[in-house]
Amino acid sequence: MGIENLLLGFQVALQPHNLMLAVIGVALGTIIGVLPGLGGANGVAILLPLTFSMPPTSAIILLTSLYWGALFGGAITSILFNIPGEPWSVATTFDGFPMARNGQGGQALTAAFTSSFVGALFAVVLITLFAPLLAEVALKFGPPEFFAIQLLTFSSFVGLGGGSALKSLVSMLIGFVLAAVGLDIVTGTLRMTFGITDLMKGFDFIVAVIGLFGIGEILLTMEEGLSFKGASAKMSPRIVWDTWRVLPRYWRTFLRSCFIGFWMGFKPGGATPASFMSYSFAKRFSKHPESFGQGDIEGVVAPETAAHAAGGASILPMITLGIPGSPTAAVMLGGLIIWGLQPGPMLFKEKPEFVWGLIASMYTGNVIGVIMVLAFVPAFAAILRVPFAILTPLIVSVCAVGAYSVNGRMIDIWYMLVFGVIGYVFKKLDYPLAPLVLALVLGDLAENALRQSLIMSQGSLLIFLERPISGVITAVALFFFALPVITPWWRRLRGLPTPAVSPRET
Amino acid sequence: MRAADLTTAVVLIAGGLLVIWDSLRIGIGWGTDGPKSGFFPFWLGVLMIGACIAIAAQAIRRADRTPFVRREAIAPVLKVLLPATAFVLSTHWIGLYVATTLYMASYMRWIGRHSWLSVVVVSVTVSFVTFFVFELWFLVPMPKGPLETSLGY
Repeated sequence: MGIENLLLGFQVALQPHNLMLAVIGVALGTIIGVLPGLGGANGVAILLPLTFSMPPTSAIILLTSLYWGALFGGAITSILFNIPGEPWSVATTFDGFPMARNGQGGQALTAAFTSSFVGALFAVVLITLFAPLLAEVALKFGPPEFFAIQLLTFSSFVGLGGGSALKSLVSMLIGFVLAAVGLDIVTGTLRMTFGITDLMKGFDFIVAVIGLFGIGEILLTMEEGLSFKGASAKMSPRIVWDTWRVLPRYWRTFLRSCFIGFWMGFKPGGATPASFMSYSFAKRFSKHPESFGQGDIEGVVAPETAAHAAGGASILPMITLGIPGSPTAAVMLGGLIIWGLQPGPMLFKEKPEFVWGLIASMYTGNVIGVIMVLAFVPAFAAILRVPFAILTPLIVSVCAVGAYSVNGRMIDIWYMLVFGVIGYVFKKLDYPLAPLVLALVLGDLAENALRQSLIMSQGSLLIFLERPISGVITAVALFFFALPVITPWWRRLRGLPTPAVSPRET
Repeated sequence: MRAADLTTAVVLIAGGLLVIWDSLRIGIGWGTDGPKSGFFPFWLGVLMIGACIAIAAQAIRRADRTPFVRREAIAPVLKVLLPATAFVLSTHWIGLYVATTLYMASYMRWIGRHSWLSVVVVSVTVSFVTFFVFELWFLVPMPKGPLETSLGY
């Protein structure tokens, strides 16, 4: 059954017209991904009105290709400029940028693109094979399970992140507090706005990311006395080939990251926690964890594979259940409804050429994507020869444009600047920035899941432990939270020396 | 670093108190339809204050007297921060495109000491490219000032 359907899909996806749309989509997406702040969600939203006159299948192929392109493009700025184009590229900066600084930019980019491709391909193969079954599992998830998953994500930061567990916790709490600012959708109450109109819409994580990572990094590099410049990347078939020969060594990381990514991709906002979790696990299981953050190729492979497996997987709940797994998928879902399609399990029966055309285009789009980005990296590397007196104001103004384009509000440019200073101070004091951003992205979802669960249990927190699936996940999460307390005690008991604090990751 | 660590912890504790105060105002208990709006932020604030007190305690015990910023490093940081602030401020009054041109030009001239010709060419080109890409191609309207208005945008 699956094979027949997939062949039908390929008949749609391989039509010259649709292939051309995929190429255009990937190219536009890469540009959007490279420009900080203008991420996949914005790109899809901006292009959406242009697709209303197209057949739905061609339209979704254009938009998903743009999504793949943006995912690939995000890695370019993360590695060369230390500016993550998307929240799930944040973890890629930890080792990608140090690699580029050490003159291994080409290797880092090749590793990132290849990992993205592997992750996405894994996700698409699984979607093809298990779509109906997996949709059923996700159907059984209630609010307690969603909250337990989120708890697990955050506990892995505190327990496995390295550095100060307290500072990770505070960073995460700040993110949640910032996410809570504004209108409470459940009750309609204004929270922490203190009568200021501008605070009503809250803080957008894209603005925070641009400030914390974009502006903050420029300030930090300036202080270190380096003239600001992106790291250089030489790209040649030779470098690509040599990197490809090294990569199979990390098959364990690939496999683990694929599974983490795909599993996390179910739930909304999954790609970002997947990339961080995968990074933490790669570091945890590595024989040389101290090289992480210094430019370890495994630190690029892990988050990129997981993020793209999750990015691919996020399409699955969107088409099977009508639940978007990512902001970009949410915008696409809006498109589906406008094109007159009813998202949900019936789509497989009623519009097989649409569903399977979309799935087949995920194969073709990723193949086109990896070839195009590998071929055009020299064009992006040319940007790096620009003197810093041009690059600095250019990056600041592009960041401002990105921050403004999220909501079209001037106040967001000010927030960007403030977040820049916060990012600078926090980095110096070893407060990790990633938990803050992640909490800001997931805040509303986590809070809603918590409140719905408590309504179900009439206020008892035991609900998270009593239900079988959420019980297991919550127990693991609590163990991770307790790890920083347990580990020193355990070491003392065994007479092992206390390790030095690991180097900062952000 | 110790002073900076303590200051940050104290600022965050103050922030936590602000969160708790606002949460108490809107209610942290059980409403007619489940937990009230202040329930979640209240506990975030409590946790944050607890964690920050612990961080402050650790900082006091540690005798780390290295300064937060070395004296000679302040100038380069301010050289980025102050022009950037001026740029954001001027965007309010003269729109993003004119502000970008002036920001690029002044930065290139005073910090990079580039020749006037390249200053003019680069700063004007950057603004025009931004305008075409965002305003015309991606249809994202940017903040505009009197010049754009007089040109019909």
